[in-house]
Amino acid sequence: MPLITYREALNQALAEELERDPNVVLFGEEIGQFHGAYKVTEGLLARFGPKRVVDTPISEAGFVGLGVGASMLGLRPVIELMFWSFYSVSFDQILNNAANIRYMSGGLINVPIVIRGPANGGTNVGATHSLTPENVCANHPGVKVVCPATAYDAKGLLKSAIRDNDPVMFLENTILYNDRSEVPAAEYLIPLGQADVKRAGTDLTIVAHGRAVMNSLKAAQLLDAEHDVSAEVVDLRSIRPLDEETVLASVRKTNRVLLAEENKPFCGVGAQLAYLIQEKAFDALDAPVKRVSAIDAPAIYSPPLEKEQLPNPQRIMNAALAILA
Amino acid sequence: MTQKPSAIAEGTDPAPAAASPASRAPVNARLTKAERVELFRTMMRIRRFEERALRAYQQGRIGGFLHLYIGQEAVAVGCCSVMQKDDHVITAYRDHGHAIAVGMSVNELMAELYGKATGCSKGKGGSMHFFDPSRKFWGGHGIVGGQVPLGTGIAFALKYRDLKGACLTFLGDGAVNQGAVHEAYNLAALWRLPVVFIIENNGYSMGTSQRRSSAGAGLAKRAEGYGLAWDVCNGHDLYEVREKTDKMLQLARDQQQPGILEIITYRYRGHSVADPDSTYRTKEEIENYRRTKDPLTLIHDTLTAEGVLTAELAKEIDAAARAEADRAAQFAEESPFPAPEDICRDVYWEEDNPEHKQSHGRIFFD
Repeated sequence: MPLITYREALNQALAEELERDPNVVLFGEEIGQFHGAYKVTEGLLARFGPKRVVDTPISEAGFVGLGVGASMLGLRPVIELMFWSFYSVSFDQILNNAANIRYMSGGLINVPIVIRGPANGGTNVGATHSLTPENVCANHPGVKVVCPATAYDAKGLLKSAIRDNDPVMFLENTILYNDRSEVPAAEYLIPLGQADVKRAGTDLTIVAHGRAVMNSLKAAQLLDAEHDVSAEVVDLRSIRPLDEETVLASVRKTNRVLLAEENKPFCGVGAQLAYLIQEKAFDALDAPVKRVSAIDAPAIYSPPLEKEQLPNPQRIMNAALAILA
Repeated sequence: MTQKPSAIAEGTDPAPAAASPASRAPVNARLTKAERVELFRTMMRIRRFEERALRAYQQGRIGGFLHLYIGQEAVAVGCCSVMQKDDHVITAYRDHGHAIAVGMSVNELMAELYGKATGCSKGKGGSMHFFDPSRKFWGGHGIVGGQVPLGTGIAFALKYRDLKGACLTFLGDGAVNQGAVHEAYNLAALWRLPVVFIIENNGYSMGTSQRRSSAGAGLAKRAEGYGLAWDVCNGHDLYEVREKTDKMLQLARDQQQPGILEIITYRYRGHSVADPDSTYRTKEEIENYRRTKDPLTLIHDTLTAEGVLTAELAKEIDAAARAEADRAAQFAEESPFPAPEDICRDVYWEEDNPEHKQSHGRIFFD
């Protein structure tokens, strides 16, 4: 299988869906002539033309809302936020309009949009550009939330998201854009709401999403090499819908669980998971659920400190050892 | 888009309200007698529907907000009456008039106000969120200005899909200071989208007068900064509303020239029924409008002068509108509330269409 980057995988998914469905249209700042701020859309303007790949002014509320309106009439807009942090200036259009219109119309109107872009810290761009709002989005019934960790997942999930008839929030990560994984040349889809056991283990389950999956895998290697601990890593891939069965099956197998996420701890995805696990697998637990998140402050600029603020492999390993102690 | 001064303006024609200069515009001159009567009837039906809704609200039958359109009827009726079959419409939360003007049944509207399962949104939207996509009516939106990018997006989709028509996108005078509205103006002009922004200027954004909220020379004039067409219109004169909306729609449809039409109107009731309506304007001001500019009275007088409407017919229309509103209230009263299990329906398309479901996992939580 070809080894391609996460960025290329996203690009392929967009190209394949543009090819497949004339109603798919891309909107975003610098996605066309500039080839994309992070080059995810590189080459698509040349291939599909300005009708399908639409460069927008810096007007997130305007073009996200325009995409929502266009989707009501049957288009399938895929809207790039240069940073997911900019969802803050289009919040009303995303989480008041896109999320609620189907409901408030009694099911008469669908909003098949995808809003995608990077949502991560770790690049020393300060607090305003480092928001990770998967928990905020997932708190709104009406939207779906996806956080792929690998190139393979990114491609299969984005294609499913574009074909989905509900609004899908698709949160990527700039630090993963150059990561490579094997991606089949043939078309494939990954359904939303299906977690993936990225590494099998017996002593402890680490549940993660997004880049925290990759750091959890590194932590699992360290645990194995240095402490003879066998950690299982469950990648949620999708936050809402949530594959609670895979999570619970793993917890019942290992009896210990660590939740890892790059988001802040308070009301984060981990808080929801911890509740689910205590509710449905209380008897299977041999130790309290623990979690590792970003340290609870706005994203710091200082490069060495930001590395510490996010859950790096060392912190994940230490938390795992604390559970096993 | 100026208009030839009428005989009345020049003082040569002593005829009363009848001779609205706009009455001679082709879009009005070609109206049949029956069509003129229908316009009057629709305005009357809106008025009586809302008066009945107000009673239901005061009796505690309706929850939440009730933003009445009373005084503004000529705007929705005038604008929607010049829509062609391919045109679309979207508005804000003062949406009862538009819903009736596009032909929604008052039964489903009243039932929606009552929160009943027979409501147009199955009791899930309420007063501010009426929708009927089958009539190209896309709501009914609660956040001031939030619907304006949506209307622009509908226009984008029309152009993208090579469909005919334009989107009438209504907003209030309070919405013109929202950022999303200006972003939408810019996108509409930049991409030459078939959209007409109708500012229903009733003078007050909630309780704040235009003078206290909006800088500059006028609300529609802001169009110049974006290269949008613009005009200002007397919203008490149904014929003028029709004429100017028709022109704007033609520009949008045929020349891909979007525009802003500011229609000067007035609401007699508070911002919502909960508004005491005593802090920001005088009773005399309201009374003066009611006496001299009530759009229903004006069109009544106009049609009477034209020989289209007789006193008997007007009475009959009024009585029928009252009876229809009463029947709607009874229908709403007798309709069932949604069931508790309906709370989680109509959230996700996929959950409501399980035979087509592709996703796995859990989507609702407790």
